[in-house]
Amino acid sequence: MGFHVNESQFDAWLTEQRKTYDIYAPMRYAGGNTFSDVDCIRYGKVSSISEIVFDKKSEYSFKEVLSPISQTLFFFTENEKKEADPPKKGAIIFLRSCDLHALKRLDDMYLRNGPEDYYYKRIRDNIKIVLIGCKQSFENCFCVSMGTNISENYDMSVNAQGSTYAINCKDNAWNQFFLDLGASRHLVVPDQVHENPVKVHIPENLTPDVARASMWEQYNKRCINCGRCNFVCPSCTCFAMQDIHYCDNANVGERRRVWSSCMVDKFTDVAGGGSYRKKNGERMRFKVLHKVYSHKKRHGCHMCVGCGRCDDICPEYISFSHCVNQLENAMKEVST
Amino acid sequence: MVRNDYIPFPSEILEVIKHTDIEYTFRMAFRGKVKPGQFFEVSIPKYGEAPISVSGIGDGFVDLTIRRVGRVTNEVFEHYVGNTLLLRGPYGNGFDLKNYKGKELVIIAGGTGVSPVRGVISHFAENEKQRKGMTLIAGFKSANDILFKEDFRNWRQKMDLILTLDSGEETAEHKIGLVTKYIPDLKLQDVNKAVAIVVGPPAMMRFSVNGLLDRGFKEENIWVSYERKMCCGLGKCGHCRINDTYICLDGPVFNYTVGKTLID
Repeated sequence: MGFHVNESQFDAWLTEQRKTYDIYAPMRYAGGNTFSDVDCIRYGKVSSISEIVFDKKSEYSFKEVLSPISQTLFFFTENEKKEADPPKKGAIIFLRSCDLHALKRLDDMYLRNGPEDYYYKRIRDNIKIVLIGCKQSFENCFCVSMGTNISENYDMSVNAQGSTYAINCKDNAWNQFFLDLGASRHLVVPDQVHENPVKVHIPENLTPDVARASMWEQYNKRCINCGRCNFVCPSCTCFAMQDIHYCDNANVGERRRVWSSCMVDKFTDVAGGGSYRKKNGERMRFKVLHKVYSHKKRHGCHMCVGCGRCDDICPEYISFSHCVNQLENAMKEVST
Repeated sequence: MVRNDYIPFPSEILEVIKHTDIEYTFRMAFRGKVKPGQFFEVSIPKYGEAPISVSGIGDGFVDLTIRRVGRVTNEVFEHYVGNTLLLRGPYGNGFDLKNYKGKELVIIAGGTGVSPVRGVISHFAENEKQRKGMTLIAGFKSANDILFKEDFRNWRQKMDLILTLDSGEETAEHKIGLVTKYIPDLKLQDVNKAVAIVVGPPAMMRFSVNGLLDRGFKEENIWVSYERKMCCGLGKCGHCRINDTYICLDGPVFNYTVGKTLID
């Protein structure tokens, strides 16, 4: 069903949902950016629609709801191990079409690559999705090229139109709630982007042979392997295991998994000093080919969803989309 | 309900066998299916987890040969018989013995690379009827770095053994030189049907495989095992991925026709 609701009606719905769900949406963290006096748009728990940022792309993705930056797996106390509790509530996540496609990539990794992941699954089974319509493309977005600009698998969509919110709701209980509120019925289609200024072309004949191309060398110097591209990416899932113990009692501690990055030193270190992909260009190639080649080979769809956050965040102005657009010539180079 | 694969189980240290100052085999209590070449995540609370390959399998135990080189393994060496370590696993595909049965078998192993393949060597040492000729070329840096000394004494009776050191003095027990030096002179009845396993540091594996190919081995008759940093063993953490292959799920043992396509 489609409705037009005002702020107080939307907030009434949020208040009702907050009894059973935590609501995650892009929020403004004033002064929270890397640079002073610059705001950061990232995910947090909201209680009112006025807190949700609709007119900007979030710098970090929704993935931290399902795959927290640091996630305690279990606690140890002497010989006992106690599994960490799941979140008390389910989650309603406000996200854009590209990110909803990224959710499938997270599912590929956590549910279909090897056994189902216990900690991911127990959060995943209790989420609902509110799709944020995109009226226009943001800077660096290339969702149309990646085929992620349109999504259908949401529970509700919302187009922010000034003080009115146009929603398309697929959840029966939620529909009833808005009907009971007296929300006006309208035909609503989620806003979609059909063209981005940035376009990418992934060559059909791409193979791992492209590793031999000279294009990767430019990144040896340009990239500073800070790993920010991985951390803002909605489809990056790598983590490392980490044990800590508490300062007050060394017999008590916990095992966590924390995000890690294939661009950062030590990612591949093995016992005795061995490591792989020492050059930043090799790491860039490893990451880029995962996003536009390897994941598709294993799971049927490209890992990259074209959100462009990696381009937004890179302190060295390295563009992922520009890199992808060099692959065609690189294939020609290695084929001759 | 999905099983929680991250919670380890305690396993008692049954025996500690010292090979070198920094390499011990910990015989761990374990009952369950396990193959040579598979690995366990070994952990100690507060110190973390490390992937360790299975170096021996017996009734009620697995052997884990551990080199003292990091935070976790340093702490493992502070543990003694009767203590427990935490384990998860086994993970990975391991060696499939049927690939080698009834054939001339050449195994080339370097350093700790002997560990994952030790179960295969032992099997064919004990079951001579299950194979034709067998040659083991094992290389270590120096006499002080030799692992499984007792095994080598035993294996020498049962197969052609070339034990070689990178440097030092040649003795009756060992030669001097890299493992690759001995590949051209391998005595084989039919190189077209002979099978080989190569495990060790990346450069050693690369040159050994090239040596075998030059000697006439077919690519599909060569198997390799890769060492990578496997943080989870479950195909999730991403550290061991090469292209679209996850070493922890699809490997660590690969036929060379697959292994040669894996570009780090």
